[in-house]
Amino acid sequence: MSKVTLATTWLDGCSGCHMSLLDIDERLIDIADKIDVVYSPLVDMKEYPEQVDVAIVEGAVSSEEDLHKIRMIRSRTKILVALGDCAVAGNIPTMRNKFSREELLDVAYIKSATENPQHPSEVIPALLPKAVPLHEVVDIDVFVQGCPPSADTIFHTIAELLAGRIPADLTEHTRPGA
Amino acid sequence: MAVVRSRIKTLKIDGQDVGAHEDETILEVARENGIMIPTLCQLDGLSLVGACRLCLVEVVGWRNLVPACTTYVEEGMEVITNSERLQKYRRMIIELLFAEGNHVCAVCVSNGNCELQWKAQKLGMDHVRFTNQNPDRRVDMTHEHFVVDANRCILCTRCVRVCDEIEGAHTWDIFGRGENSTIISDFNLPWGESPTCSSCGKCVNVCPTGALVEKGKAAGEMIKRTEFLAYLTKMREVKK
Amino acid sequence: MVKKTSQRISVASLDDLVNVAGASQEQEQQYRYHICICVAAGCISQNSDAVRDALIAEVEARGLEDEVQVKGVGCMGLCAAGPLVRVDPDGIVYQSVTVDDVPAILDSLENGPVEKLILPQDIPFFERQQKIVLENCGIIDPEAITEYIAAGGYLALHKALTEMTPSEVIDVVTRSGLRGRGGGGYPAGLKWVTVAKAESETKYVICNADEGDPGAFMDRSVLESDPHRVIEGMAIAGYAVGANKGYIYVRAEYPLAVERLELAIKQARWAGILGNGVFSTTFDFAIEVRLGAGAFVCGEETALIASIEGRRGVPRPRPPYPADYGLWGQPTLINNVETFANVAPIIRNGSDWFAEIGTEKSKGTKVFALAGQIVNTGLIEVPMGITLREIVFDIGGGLPDGRNYKAVQTGGPSGGCVPEQFLDMPVDYESLREVGSFMGSGGMIVMDDSSSMVEVARYFMEFSMTESCGKCIPCRTGTRQMYDLLSKVVAGEASQSELNLLVELGDLLQNTCLCGLGKAAPNPVVSTMQYFEDEYLERLVDDNGSADEPAGES
Repeated sequence: MSKVTLATTWLDGCSGCHMSLLDIDERLIDIADKIDVVYSPLVDMKEYPEQVDVAIVEGAVSSEEDLHKIRMIRSRTKILVALGDCAVAGNIPTMRNKFSREELLDVAYIKSATENPQHPSEVIPALLPKAVPLHEVVDIDVFVQGCPPSADTIFHTIAELLAGRIPADLTEHTRPGA
Repeated sequence: MAVVRSRIKTLKIDGQDVGAHEDETILEVARENGIMIPTLCQLDGLSLVGACRLCLVEVVGWRNLVPACTTYVEEGMEVITNSERLQKYRRMIIELLFAEGNHVCAVCVSNGNCELQWKAQKLGMDHVRFTNQNPDRRVDMTHEHFVVDANRCILCTRCVRVCDEIEGAHTWDIFGRGENSTIISDFNLPWGESPTCSSCGKCVNVCPTGALVEKGKAAGEMIKRTEFLAYLTKMREVKK
Repeated sequence: MVKKTSQRISVASLDDLVNVAGASQEQEQQYRYHICICVAAGCISQNSDAVRDALIAEVEARGLEDEVQVKGVGCMGLCAAGPLVRVDPDGIVYQSVTVDDVPAILDSLENGPVEKLILPQDIPFFERQQKIVLENCGIIDPEAITEYIAAGGYLALHKALTEMTPSEVIDVVTRSGLRGRGGGGYPAGLKWVTVAKAESETKYVICNADEGDPGAFMDRSVLESDPHRVIEGMAIAGYAVGANKGYIYVRAEYPLAVERLELAIKQARWAGILGNGVFSTTFDFAIEVRLGAGAFVCGEETALIASIEGRRGVPRPRPPYPADYGLWGQPTLINNVETFANVAPIIRNGSDWFAEIGTEKSKGTKVFALAGQIVNTGLIEVPMGITLREIVFDIGGGLPDGRNYKAVQTGGPSGGCVPEQFLDMPVDYESLREVGSFMGSGGMIVMDDSSSMVEVARYFMEFSMTESCGKCIPCRTGTRQMYDLLSKVVAGEASQSELNLLVELGDLLQNTCLCGLGKAAPNPVVSTMQYFEDEYLERLVDDNGSADEPAGES
């Protein structure tokens, strides 16, 4: 049986969900031989493959790069999992939404700068006017709430997906802010 | 022979035969019989407003859904409390609440002890399909002991009612209308300058979310206690 | 204009009424000519009060005070042609009269009509109407109780008090088939009987004059043109249900209506028609005016009651209904202006007379305010069962500049849009509901094919959103979400799944909101999606935004 190809990535998030993913601990060994991690901060793979079975994405969509990336992932992925409150609901990254982009950049790059105060114009991807959860820009197949979702919840989600099922009972395992 | 009017009603809730006094609401009878209908604005000991619409139930043969909290039992009525349609509506109402305010649980002092959060989980809300409104409402830390963050308020008016009906101070009320509604203390004074607030903390304890909280709590540390309400109500009834 | 103080009359009996009527008519007959100018809001907004003053000045300048009476009257209906001036006894009506036309009008008394100003009276706008509620509008001076009495006013109240028992009054109203004109069409007699049966020493009658639908000005015109008629209807209702106190809840944005109502109440009190011992009987009835501060939701009866009580105007769950537990917790009858305005004629002429007008289930006439893309903007009263086509194309004169009919919006923010295929449908409560609209209080906004129905739906949703009281969640936040989704559709940024969400929200609001405002808020969306779905679909974008953009690297 061929392995399920799995990609993981984070957009505007804290990587806490990935930490929780690693907290699956020894159960990772159980699933390791069933999956092939093809793209992830945890592996050394620079390009997102053309075809991926499952992608687990952490973080909200905050910048033009995030937007470009999640659309690209969606178009190359069969099952897209929004992992954690930032991906599912926007969470902390969206708390900036009541301010304008200019106000934010002023605070970060001018008012609090000790030298060379200026708005970044290259290298750093431009912010979108508002940070949004993934499902506002692409279709999502599985929503896993939690900040971060517990290792048990993540394991349950992956186990269900590996069994060929879309987990339908996730709110029994997790909730926003869990 | 005189016709005697029965004050006892028999009805069906979710197929279960139940008996009730005519002064009881569907919600009360359901709870007595272990049938849990979700509520948010309702709190035993406070007046009823029927505002949150979570406890809406179907009555067979009735055209409209009715709030269980304000609808009295009737002989022979058949109540359905948990149809698929009701579940869908309730989930949407919770979604709408989440989209309306700042309900970022991760950084809320009430995280884990929040009725809105519990309802979201219980009613199976796995994400919010509506765009968040990102409100910019008042965060007032002028009170010596308490904080109000109107961005986390769901306008259930429990604080308004407990302050008016139990404490007798009527410090809180609602200002504005529609989506601009917000809770205010007195005539929109900073809470710390309120001449009516007795700092009793009842509002904080009946608040279902992290809108009214004690100072000095970190995320997840705020635990609300509503037991006092049942106690006070009971004591006042005894006194009557 | 008749001096207001001369309206201090006393009517304790039928004889007094007849005498007052006779004296008023006699006074009228002293004049050879009556120049009546509309001083209701529509014409005043076009400076009719200046025209009136100029007429009075010109009459004085020519020394014709004893021959020519200049008087302000209520709405004549065809607001689009205002200011309107009618010269009696010939009944010649002039349109778009300005101050400059005044000398010519006075010259015409001797030289024959001013041809260029004449508004023909044999046009369908006038001929197709049937006036019950508006029978005095544009005829009598709304500030003169004597003129109301001369037109048969307060005879019905007198008849009810002296010849009928309360239950006989209710019986006549019930058998007439009169239904609430505020929108829902609840049978008036049934409401009255419920309040009558409620056991209480104290009961109230409330007249709902919080007319708030965009484009609706029926109640306003009645109050401005014939306020005594509403007072009479309320007093009859008070007698029938056992109430001694009435409130008229009228929006503060209608200052002229408020002024005339308060004057009329004063005149009726002076005359002994209101107060203790109405017409020297044992029946007491007083009326107070309460001003609404402009919240649409206060037209909802429980919110209205809260507002009269001095509380925040928000609805509460019903039951208990106001008939059982209303103002200050007492049984309360609430009807709208037009409903009360129908009462006196029904008592006067009998239930059979009224029941013969209209359709099987909707009796009598209905006042509509015609607005939008229509030639004859104005106020009309037509028998129930008339077709929309007759209203729009015959009475309304069709659309201006040969534009094409697209829809008529009825029922305001609670209503829907009726497309062309239903133009021949008879208009009544049931038929409008069948096609997804609503009678409402009687606003009709005609739209031509340049109207975007999505934008129309969004306009009404914005109205409901800003007028939501905020008490219940589905209305407070659901209207906002629906508005945002509609804005996305308008901007061509919405996807099919967002359109589905819009539909789901509409269903939620219709079924879960606390009061009628929220429950009916999705109606304009639902009806435009039903009849003009293409306009929604053609603006949609692909679900994943630019999902078809070439896959790239990040």
